[in-house]
Amino acid sequence: MSANSKNSALEGIRVVEFAVFAAGPLVGKHLGEHGAEVIRVESRASLDGFRVHYPPFKDNKPGIERGGSYALFNDQVLNVTLDLKQPKAVSLAKQLVSKADIVIENFAAGVIERLGLGYSGLQRVKPDLIMLSSCNQGQTGRRAAQRGFGSQLTSMSGFTHLTGYGPGKPPMLLYGPYVDFVAVGFGLIAVLAALDYRRRTGSGQHIDVSQYETGIQFITPAVLDAQVNGRVHEPQGNRDPHAAPHGVYPSRGSDQWCAIAVFNDNEWSALCRAAEKPEWAGDPRFQTKADRKTNEDQLDQLIAEWTSQFDAQAIMERLQSAGVRAGVVQSVPDLFSCPQLLHRNQWVRLSHPEFGTYEHEAPPFLLSETPAQLRRSSALLGEHNDYVFEKILGMSHAEVQTLKDEGVIA
Amino acid sequence: MHQDGVLAPYRVLDLSDESGYLCGRILADLGADVIKIEPPQGDAARRIGPFPNDVPDPEKSLYFISYNAGKRGITLDVRKPSGRALLLRLASRADFLIETFPPGTLDRSQFNPRLVVVSITPFGQTGPYCNYKASDVVLMAMSGLISLIGEPGKMPLRVSLPQSPMWAGMYAAAGALIAHYHRELTNAGQHVDVSMQAALLWALANAPAFWATNRTPPARGGSRITGRSMTGARMRAIYACKDGYINFIIYGGKAGRRSNQALVDWMARHGLATNSLLNKDWNRFGIETSTQAEIDEIEGPTAKLFMKYTKAEFLDEAFRREMIGYPVANARDILDDPHLKDREFWQSIYEPALGTQLRFPGLFARFSAVDPRRFRPAPKVGEHNNEIYEGELGLTSGEMARLQEGEVI
Repeated sequence: MSANSKNSALEGIRVVEFAVFAAGPLVGKHLGEHGAEVIRVESRASLDGFRVHYPPFKDNKPGIERGGSYALFNDQVLNVTLDLKQPKAVSLAKQLVSKADIVIENFAAGVIERLGLGYSGLQRVKPDLIMLSSCNQGQTGRRAAQRGFGSQLTSMSGFTHLTGYGPGKPPMLLYGPYVDFVAVGFGLIAVLAALDYRRRTGSGQHIDVSQYETGIQFITPAVLDAQVNGRVHEPQGNRDPHAAPHGVYPSRGSDQWCAIAVFNDNEWSALCRAAEKPEWAGDPRFQTKADRKTNEDQLDQLIAEWTSQFDAQAIMERLQSAGVRAGVVQSVPDLFSCPQLLHRNQWVRLSHPEFGTYEHEAPPFLLSETPAQLRRSSALLGEHNDYVFEKILGMSHAEVQTLKDEGVIA
Repeated sequence: MHQDGVLAPYRVLDLSDESGYLCGRILADLGADVIKIEPPQGDAARRIGPFPNDVPDPEKSLYFISYNAGKRGITLDVRKPSGRALLLRLASRADFLIETFPPGTLDRSQFNPRLVVVSITPFGQTGPYCNYKASDVVLMAMSGLISLIGEPGKMPLRVSLPQSPMWAGMYAAAGALIAHYHRELTNAGQHVDVSMQAALLWALANAPAFWATNRTPPARGGSRITGRSMTGARMRAIYACKDGYINFIIYGGKAGRRSNQALVDWMARHGLATNSLLNKDWNRFGIETSTQAEIDEIEGPTAKLFMKYTKAEFLDEAFRREMIGYPVANARDILDDPHLKDREFWQSIYEPALGTQLRFPGLFARFSAVDPRRFRPAPKVGEHNNEIYEGELGLTSGEMARLQEGEVI
């Protein structure tokens, strides 16, 4: 490491979040992982949905500091409380922004302006401010103001239609608000690019992210296919037009499965050897990829009969050592003991007053010189009021106390 | 406003295969000069469909075109010594290098120390599975996402378009830009080691929270949402409509109250609201404590209501009535969406390989200080060899001929 390098890449960057649920806060968490000081503004009058409306709660006892999803999305972030319905609180928020580099908000379009915290107003107190506005469908257009959640937007963005047991079969959910997390990645990229632009030019800017439009980036081939061939992609179960066998096969135990993907004839020969099935290798129904695609139902049945006799882990190891692509269908609990994820320190256990400890999620990329540092668990509501208002805004302890008594810092 | 993109000054060498294409595509979208480097015969991923009329042609892979638009393209055999020497020359003036070789293939020590090297591999550069071979379905399995999709008790499902390269490419770009910010301040490049398996973990949304909080395993619910109520109630989210499906569930909180009441009012217009729904006090309804009986009561009349509408009609009504719900759209619905037209989202590009104008998804974010840059079509194999090797590196035509003869470029 060179003498002038820093421990964390984003040290010295300060971020203020007026954000809720996942799509906003997780961007802040990612910046915090690399050293930015991230301050989330919340209020007792308008708590994050993940504090109150969504399980899991620690030991199934609801409580504003017991929301497990809140914990997952808000580590590395400081927390202050301001009741933004009050003019004094808005003025304090602006003072805080004047000391910051980046603002993140993910309310429905128009809400942040109505709170008195729109970009043009904030730019007056911080001329080179970078502000990320992330909402369902963007800041402009006929449906800009539509309120919604990622669980449904994932369907409008095309993903649900592409997920099902076969062409014409009903669509299946992708579990959660998938597209929110796509928007997190793109929002993070946009903010980082704007930071570089500001460093070079001195100009900040307002970034408009439509979560819907970020999702469409992930299905571009289907969008082009619809134009070029007039074809609407249909769900294919677990099949792939370029491979056979290709899918998820049952293994020993309840709800245990192993994924196998064979893209060419060499891989097929390797699978037959690894499975000790010379009769498959010699079977005219399965000689070439075209043969295997034609007879895929029979092929899948044979593979499933074989895989059902073994543990998924054993199948994966046996096929991988023969150079065949295979992987256990890991459950969520499996992820917490997956040797590969543990090797990368994917889960970072940090202490928290209500959870005891909580395993926070580290980023999926490892930086060789400035590794991510997960230092703090999710903050308690208003935990950093004194630090932020006294140390950053330079107010006296008595002034802060008065504002608390008045319900401004609340 | 600047015309040339947020990251205009920077150059990217993109040696990746399909698992890394999106990373370079994102940097190109942001205005960087991205050079796609392919082996002399072209990337193997040019054989991935779909193709126009399903006729395979390496210049017409819609998959390749999707994620290489915006890049220039050259050929280079980096395994040959003279190819490697050229790569080092190119890298001496580059800011980023993206690669997807098996771990340990690329020796980073010879590169310009300012270079940010981004490596994207299925499981990362080190660790017990680092040499495992993967594909999308394998990564979707190993990340846990598949276990959460599909009907309970039935085979778990993947999405029928590869998603692992998307998550990996996106997080690779984020990691690259964090390293870049640090490099511009310190002059020190670094290595960004991206695991595709790990990149998919955020696609699981809050599922890991159930284990981290209470050691409860989250479960797939098919077309029903699980995990929203402590009673274990599951909520139907996918409803058939006149021409497809709609995704709608009832919610708690302030937004949920407004949406739920609007649903009942809409049902009432069609005489579908039951007395108990008409009298329900949504202020006292909590999704986190809702019971299966409460949920089921809403499902029947909702299903009848939505069957009266098309996807597009539902979207208009939901917007007007301030209800939380969206249609299950396909690519055609998305292309026809008037809202995206309002936003001038699509970038219409003439794609010479196809001889046609195509609408590509536009930039993933709008930047107030820069005009959205129009990107170039995807490169043909070796399209910019002369421009880069002769024009920029100053190779003579004789040297070019020798390299072509030696199958280096």
